[in-house]
Amino acid sequence: MKKLQKLTGGIMVGVTAASVIIIIAVIIIMLAVIIIGGKDTMSWEFLTTFPEDGMTKGGIFPALFGTALMVIIMSIAAVPFGTITAIYLTEYARESSILSKSIHFAVRALAMVPSIIFGLFGLGFFIKFVGGGIDDTFLGGQLKWAQPNILWASLTMALLTLPVIIVSVEESIRSVPRELREASLALGATKWQTILHVVLPGSRAGILTGTILAVSRGAGEVAPILFTGAAYYLATLPTSVSDQFMSLGYHIYIMSTQSSNVDQTLPIQFATTMVLLMLTFVLNFVAVIIRARLRREQ
Amino acid sequence: MKEGKIKSRDLTLFYGQKMALNSITMDITSKHVTALIGPSGCGKSTFLRTLNRMNDLIPNVKITGEVLIDDFNIYNKQVDVVNLRKKIGMVFQKSNPFAKSIFENVAYGPKINGIHDKKRLTEIVELSLHRAAIWDEVKDRMHDSALGLSGGQQQRLCIARTLAVDPEIILMDEPASALDPISTSKIEELIFHLKENYTIIIVTHNMQQAARVSDYTGFFYLGELVEFGRTKKIFTNPEKKQTEEYITGRFG
Repeated sequence: MKKLQKLTGGIMVGVTAASVIIIIAVIIIMLAVIIIGGKDTMSWEFLTTFPEDGMTKGGIFPALFGTALMVIIMSIAAVPFGTITAIYLTEYARESSILSKSIHFAVRALAMVPSIIFGLFGLGFFIKFVGGGIDDTFLGGQLKWAQPNILWASLTMALLTLPVIIVSVEESIRSVPRELREASLALGATKWQTILHVVLPGSRAGILTGTILAVSRGAGEVAPILFTGAAYYLATLPTSVSDQFMSLGYHIYIMSTQSSNVDQTLPIQFATTMVLLMLTFVLNFVAVIIRARLRREQ
Repeated sequence: MKEGKIKSRDLTLFYGQKMALNSITMDITSKHVTALIGPSGCGKSTFLRTLNRMNDLIPNVKITGEVLIDDFNIYNKQVDVVNLRKKIGMVFQKSNPFAKSIFENVAYGPKINGIHDKKRLTEIVELSLHRAAIWDEVKDRMHDSALGLSGGQQQRLCIARTLAVDPEIILMDEPASALDPISTSKIEELIFHLKENYTIIIVTHNMQQAARVSDYTGFFYLGELVEFGRTKKIFTNPEKKQTEEYITGRFG
């Protein structure tokens, strides 16, 4: 009997070790292919110049800029809203109330929606309905806001990343010990003062982590910005929220499906992918570090 | 609030269907130390928390009866609970300093009350730390994190934090139970000095502590106030048999 148990144990160790090795191997192969394909094209110039010659040469600066700008606007929209929702869910709503359960359900549902649906929603709601409404009411029917631009794209992306922020902040708020809240209240603070001065500062880790994860996600997603603001090629950088923008993810898609000269664009594709991967990796890494540091402090 | 005189009249508390306090009637003398003793689960902490309405935070709690502070019922519908808690401070069983600096911890209360003048805040913080007998140990690290202090120091910091709000009554829920004997005696000494200016009510499961530190003692059992009187009398010549049995260690 013991021999069988030992054998089974050994097999399990072997199987789990094998799966770990396979996963790591796949990642290494993926990274290797991308790095080998893109390393020659990667350079400071690549990151800071515009594409040239029908995007068969040059750099990806406008895509980098566009992605960064979009992600900033997205965060400004999503982080405060997500934080306030999380505060409501943890501090004010009774867990068993219908409102609380509905909000939790909505957050879960939002997280499950395929990203292309967000794109369609952005088109229908932000561009046609809100943008159209603004144009009709304030601009006398002139077409300005009822078209794709970086504002609508960022707001659409904000909806996509909202669940990530809410969940992260909620978890963080819940981890602030009850004793600290009691101490604050016992000193004569109101509930809101307690939230502002004790609970939120204690949730910094979660808010930051949620934000960084949201940014990391938003930087890479393409479907939501497909119809809501991303452009194939722009000769100038966006200067107002009503302008369109270029994005890293969309750029990769364009390069791989609509390029005029595959030999020349292939290295650019690889390099752009490398940039996006590095960006995502760095952001996630930073999130992990910050979270670990702040958790240790508390 | 002027004197810090507390009375409870027929105070009854239910957690859902369970009765935790049964018609407690008690008079607490101001500027003295009153100890509440009794076995675990007898209601003494619950009673303490009714005095600053901290039980309001628990759902499914039902409270009837009155708690009168300077002859004013604090369970009156119009009472501003937030204001009430500024006059009644509370020190908890396990010290709970904020994850802020020592200075910021003590300044928290005054800041909440609208005091932002740096000079004034520094005065209040220093005075409170002195009164809590911890000034010498922290004066050189006021801006270090409070979490770096030892357990006993953290508890005295929490006392300083409570004093900074200038309450008239201080509630202490087993303040020394998590501390070593030396820290415990420091806190007991502190209580002895504090009673000159504050009405103190201390819940303790340590009978020797109650005997050392308090002027009056109330013995709780199963949610009822079995006996209340001068500490000396309770410990040398109690009237109820139950009290005597508890004091002599026959149960609890």
